[in-house]
Amino acid sequence: MTLLDVRDLHVTYGTGAAAVPAVRGVDLTLAAGQKLGLAGESGCGKSTLALALLRLLPRPARVRGEILLDGEDVLTMSWGRLRAVRWAGASIVFQGAMHSLNAVHRVRDQIAEPILLHRLETSQAAARRRAEGLLEQVGLPAARGGAYPHELSGGQRQRVMIAMALACDPRLVVADEPTTALDVMIQAQILRLIERLVAEHGIGLLMISHDLAVLSDTCDRLAVMYAGRIVEEGPAQRVFTAAEHPYSGALAAAFPTVGRAADRRAPQGLPGDPPDPARLPGGCTFHPRCPVALETCAADEPRLREAGPGRRAACVHVDSVKEAR
Amino acid sequence: MSTEALGEEPGAEPPDTGAPAKSAAPADSADSAADPGALAWARRRRSAARFWRAYRGQRAGLVGLVALAVIAFTALAAPLLVGSDADSVTDAPGTALENPSTEFPLGTDQFGRSVLDLLVYGARISLTVGLLAAALTVGIGTLVGMLAGHYGGWLSGVLMRVTDFFLVMPTLVLAIVLATVMSRSVTTVIIAIGVAAWPKTARLVRAQTLAIEARPYVERARALGGGHTHVMRRHVLPNVLPLVLAQTTLVISEAILTEATLAFLGLGDPQVVSWGGMLQDAREAGAISSGHWSFLVPPGIAIAVVALCFTLAGRALESVLNPKLGVAK
Repeated sequence: MTLLDVRDLHVTYGTGAAAVPAVRGVDLTLAAGQKLGLAGESGCGKSTLALALLRLLPRPARVRGEILLDGEDVLTMSWGRLRAVRWAGASIVFQGAMHSLNAVHRVRDQIAEPILLHRLETSQAAARRRAEGLLEQVGLPAARGGAYPHELSGGQRQRVMIAMALACDPRLVVADEPTTALDVMIQAQILRLIERLVAEHGIGLLMISHDLAVLSDTCDRLAVMYAGRIVEEGPAQRVFTAAEHPYSGALAAAFPTVGRAADRRAPQGLPGDPPDPARLPGGCTFHPRCPVALETCAADEPRLREAGPGRRAACVHVDSVKEAR
Repeated sequence: MSTEALGEEPGAEPPDTGAPAKSAAPADSADSAADPGALAWARRRRSAARFWRAYRGQRAGLVGLVALAVIAFTALAAPLLVGSDADSVTDAPGTALENPSTEFPLGTDQFGRSVLDLLVYGARISLTVGLLAAALTVGIGTLVGMLAGHYGGWLSGVLMRVTDFFLVMPTLVLAIVLATVMSRSVTTVIIAIGVAAWPKTARLVRAQTLAIEARPYVERARALGGGHTHVMRRHVLPNVLPLVLAQTTLVISEAILTEATLAFLGLGDPQVVSWGGMLQDAREAGAISSGHWSFLVPPGIAIAVVALCFTLAGRALESVLNPKLGVAK
């Protein structure tokens, strides 16, 4: 059975005339042991999607659709069941480890927090020992458990967050921009660490980032989001190197490649800003910024369609894009 | 698993030692298997020692603490030090309003009682009222503030309107009214001060709670499966506590001052000696106009000194207990 099955998920902030759609009909599936990357610009709805998975969105957000975690719908489960599923079923590595750790508790105790909360261990001492074991798993000496968050470096804090995410042996880990604030070396270390742990524990990983290169390097499959919808989905390397959707292509090209002559002068970007979710352009939401837009793009919004083996893309050009370049 | 079962959190823990003390891990765990109680005690002892080391570094706090200890000891031992009948009007040892002498270092009051002895007795009331009223104030204030800040919505609205109601009433007037309508006793004074002074703390705690609830680690705690109780106890309370502690020391000084004011206005228990009451006696006996400074000045200074000591000790305590302040040093 698939571990995570998101069906036609809509998230709207606010109600009535002021309603702003943040996620507009997303379908995702993730099997156990698989790694799925979710890419997109700031404000495209990827973090909203991550929080919606555990019903963590603040009250004004309305969520529609189905989120099946191991076949159980997160959106309809009872409050008690939801709390049991949180962390034990699916955990999150939050972005910004500094702020996701409570400054007044030692990190060992913070890792022990979910263990005690979910009654995996009942004694403080046993939970701590377990937390220290987790710290060693993520490459920190157990003695560092006695430190407060401010005494650790950025990379160490992120390791603590990862250790915490593993504390209850979840089936699914959602990593929301786990490497954003880290330098490249640490970023690579953290990514290798996540990869290793995911492989060892056989958990499903949903990794969210704006960095297509990072995602394609780590994940098996890649989904690209734009304005609350998935515009392309497919095997990670293929999406990165041979995008079907012009937006994915632009995202991939936005990262300069060492050795490519054109990147030395001016790294390629995408003109314009992501659309305001409150005033989405008609038709294909990407058409105002699209270099290959047709006149029909302003009228019809293309659905996701098959674009080769295991690939889907929402673009009228699906078959012709590659030839057009 | 039921919501209640998850909401409960196993025993709150005293701050643990930061030392990588687990070097002797195997021996330690063997010990803990044999006698977890002893291990817990050893840990508590270590953490107390660490706390004391940090506190010793705060010179002003140390002065405040020593002074408070002396005052508290004097107050406790008052019957032994000055005799249990020092406040008796009928067999007063001296004549009315004597000047300082070797027998009465601070002179006598209008009944011929030794002012020094009265001062020692007055410390008991000031400390009792100050501590209990502050505990009441801070207790109500923290509870109301945290509930309002955490739950929000209509509960916050109701609680804050009640707070506003108490806030717009002048503290002293409210305390006077309460002290008047209730029977005259020390308990009444404590309740009057406590009920009149909590809104400020409640506002403060609510603001801090709101600020903390917006932090990502509270979102993380929710994602961990923590319920309201868990979030409030584990994350909000420890972060509100330094503020509450600082507030407590201020409230103690304030409560001591308010007690003195109430006693000065004649609303205290007439049967007990308090510093505010002594000031009132001095005024009524005409000590001001007749130049009997020795009756008037000592209670005033005593009030100021105790209030100052609490503030000093409180500030030192805050900088020791708050790890965020600790790093700066």
